[in-house]
Amino acid sequence: MGRTLAEKVWDQHVVRHGEGQEPDLLYIDLHLVHEVTSPQAFDGLRLHGRKLRRPDLTIATEDHNVPTLDILAPIADEVSATQVATLRKNVEEFGVRLFPMGDANQGIVHMIGPELGLTQPGTTVVCGDSHTSTHGAFGALAFGIGTSEVEHVMATQTLPLRPFRTMAIEISGALRPGVTSKDVILKVISQIGTGGGAGYVLEYRGEAVRTMSMEARMTMCNMSIEAGGRAGMVAPDETTFAYLKGRPHAPQGAEWDAAVEAWRELRTDDDAEFDAVVHIDADALTPFVTWGTNPGQGLPLGDSVPDPATMDDDDAAATRKALAYMDLEPGTKLRDIAVDVVFLGSCTNARIEDFRAAADVLRGNTIADSVQMLVVPGSMAVKAQAESEGLDQVFIDAGAEWRNAGCSMCLGMNPDQLAPGQRCASTSNRNFEGRQGKGGRTHLVSPLVAAATAVRGTLSSPEDLVTVGS
Amino acid sequence: MDKFTTHTGIGTPLRVSNVDTDQIIPAVYLKRVTRTGFDDGLFASWRSDPAFILNQEPYDRGSVLVAGPDFGTGSSREHAVWALLDYGFRVVISSRFGEIFKGNSSKAGLLAATVEQSDVELLWKKIESRPGLELTVDLQAKTVTAEDLVVPFAVDDYTRWRLLEGLDDIGLTLRHEADIDAYEKGRPSYKPTTV
Repeated sequence: MGRTLAEKVWDQHVVRHGEGQEPDLLYIDLHLVHEVTSPQAFDGLRLHGRKLRRPDLTIATEDHNVPTLDILAPIADEVSATQVATLRKNVEEFGVRLFPMGDANQGIVHMIGPELGLTQPGTTVVCGDSHTSTHGAFGALAFGIGTSEVEHVMATQTLPLRPFRTMAIEISGALRPGVTSKDVILKVISQIGTGGGAGYVLEYRGEAVRTMSMEARMTMCNMSIEAGGRAGMVAPDETTFAYLKGRPHAPQGAEWDAAVEAWRELRTDDDAEFDAVVHIDADALTPFVTWGTNPGQGLPLGDSVPDPATMDDDDAAATRKALAYMDLEPGTKLRDIAVDVVFLGSCTNARIEDFRAAADVLRGNTIADSVQMLVVPGSMAVKAQAESEGLDQVFIDAGAEWRNAGCSMCLGMNPDQLAPGQRCASTSNRNFEGRQGKGGRTHLVSPLVAAATAVRGTLSSPEDLVTVGS
Repeated sequence: MDKFTTHTGIGTPLRVSNVDTDQIIPAVYLKRVTRTGFDDGLFASWRSDPAFILNQEPYDRGSVLVAGPDFGTGSSREHAVWALLDYGFRVVISSRFGEIFKGNSSKAGLLAATVEQSDVELLWKKIESRPGLELTVDLQAKTVTAEDLVVPFAVDDYTRWRLLEGLDDIGLTLRHEADIDAYEKGRPSYKPTTV
C-alpha cells in the first residue's frame, strides 16, 4: 500500500526504530529557538555538562517580548528584558546564530524560517512554540514542542516520537473572491472542533489548495494546532519551488536540481489511505469569524450569535460561558458587533500578501474614529518589502499605526495588549479568554475582514464597503 | 525526574471543558527564566474570582485535578505543567488532553491520566459529595480509586515506564549516539544549515 506525505517524511527521518515500548527516534533537520521557551533548556544543558549538538541546524530570534513601537530602545519591562538578555547570553555561549531586535532579518520565528529558505520540503522542523505547524506548508513535518523537548533536541538533534495518525482535509472547488485560507481554516476548526485533530497530522489537499500561494498555505497550516492537530502539511509543488528558489539558505546549482527531484516525490501516493478524511466545499465558503472563546466557536460573518437554548447541555454550558465572557447576546447579527481595536499581525497573517490585501481594502478609506488599528509586520523583511511598495503609507493615511516586527498583540506578553473589556478583530490565531490581554475579547478574522472592520467599526467584509460607497 | 508509582491526594473538580494553556498560565507569567516559581500564574485570571474552585476549602489543597475534556489545548508552553506542579498537583485527569501538554507532562513528571468522560462524571460526583475526599492514582495498575469507585485510566506504555522508573529522556537517547552519528553521515547534502 502507498504512503501519505507525512509517512514519507517520517520514514526518511527515523534514526532508530524503537524496541518494545520505546518510540522511534526521529532526526530533526531544523530547530527554531526564541526567548520564551529556551532559557530553561539551555540551563539544563549546562546543568548536565552537555553540548548543543548541532548549532548549524539551530537558529534563534527575538519575537514574543518585542516592543513593536520602539524596537531599538531598551525593553522597559525588566523581566522581559532579562529574558531577551538571557537568550543573547545563551546563543553566544552555545554558538547559535541569532537575529536580535534591530536586525534586518529579525521577526516572528515562523516568519524567518521560510523567508531565509531554511524551511524546505521534506525537512523535520521543531520549535518551542505550537505554531511551528506553519512550516508544514512546504511539505515539512513541523510541530511545536515543550521546553524539555527543546533541551532534548539541543542535546541530541533527535526526538523520541510515536507515529501520528493522518487526516486528509480535502478542499474541493475554488474560493470565491474575498474568501481566504484563513476562512477555510476557521471553517475546518469549527467543523471538527478544537480536539478533532488530536493525534493527527492534517494534510490539506484538493484543487483549492493547489491554487493557493505559499503565504495562504502557511496561514492554514499555522492554525492546524487550533484543531488539535500535531502538524499540518501541504505537498510541495511548483508554487513551493518558485517561492524557495534564490532564498539565502535554499540549495543552489546542482544541489537545487537534486533537491527538487527529491521534493517531487513528496506527495501522498494515490493508493495511500488516511486514518480520517474531512471534506470542505470551497465554493460554498464565505468570510468566517469567531464569536466565542475558542477557535472552534466560529460562524460565517452573515450569521448571528448562537443561542445556547437550542443546544444540548454540554454545548450550551460552554456557549453560555463564552458569551458571558464575550459580552454578547444570542441572536445579535455578527455584522452588528462593534470593535475597539483591529490587529493585523501575528505568525498567522502578517505576511506581505496579507498586507497587500488589507491595503487594497483600506486605500482611499479612513478607519472609524472609534477604532485603533495596529499593523504589525511579522518580520522586518516584510516591513521593508511593504515600505518599498508604499503600503505603510496606505495604512498610515487610513489612520492605522505602523509598527516593527514581533508577536505583538497576538499574546499578552509585550506592551501591545487589550485593556479589560476591549473588543478586538484580530488576524491572529487564538481567541482564548485574556489571550490578547487580561479581560480582552477577541474575534478571529481574515486580513480582508480586519481591514473592512476597521473602516466600518463593526465586523465587516470588503463587500460591505462597496455597498456603503454606492 | 522523581519516580512516580502511586499518589494519594485530595481531588479537585474543575468542571470546565477546553481549558487551554493560556487559562492554565497567561503569557504575562512566562517571562521567568527558571523552571520553578510559576504557581502564582496558575489559572491567574480565574483565581481573582472567589467562587473559583481553587479558592475553596478543601479543594485549594488538592493534588489530583479532575478536569473537563480537552484540557491543555493551545500553546506549547511547558510552564503550564510547571505551574500545576508548583501549586502542588501531581495528577491531572481528563477525557482528552492537548497533545503537546500531554507530552510536556510526561517529561516534567506530572501524570496526565486519560479517563473516559462518563468516569470523570462519576469522579466529580464522588468528590463533590464529600469535599476533601482523597483519590489514589496507581500508575502500576492504571486505576483511580475514590472510596468504593475504581476507574481505569489510559497512559502510553513508554510514558508509564519512564515515570515508574524516573528516567531522563535525554540520557536514554544518548545511549544511541552511534545511531545518530550514522544517520547524520547519510543525510543529503542539499539539506539546509543555518550558518
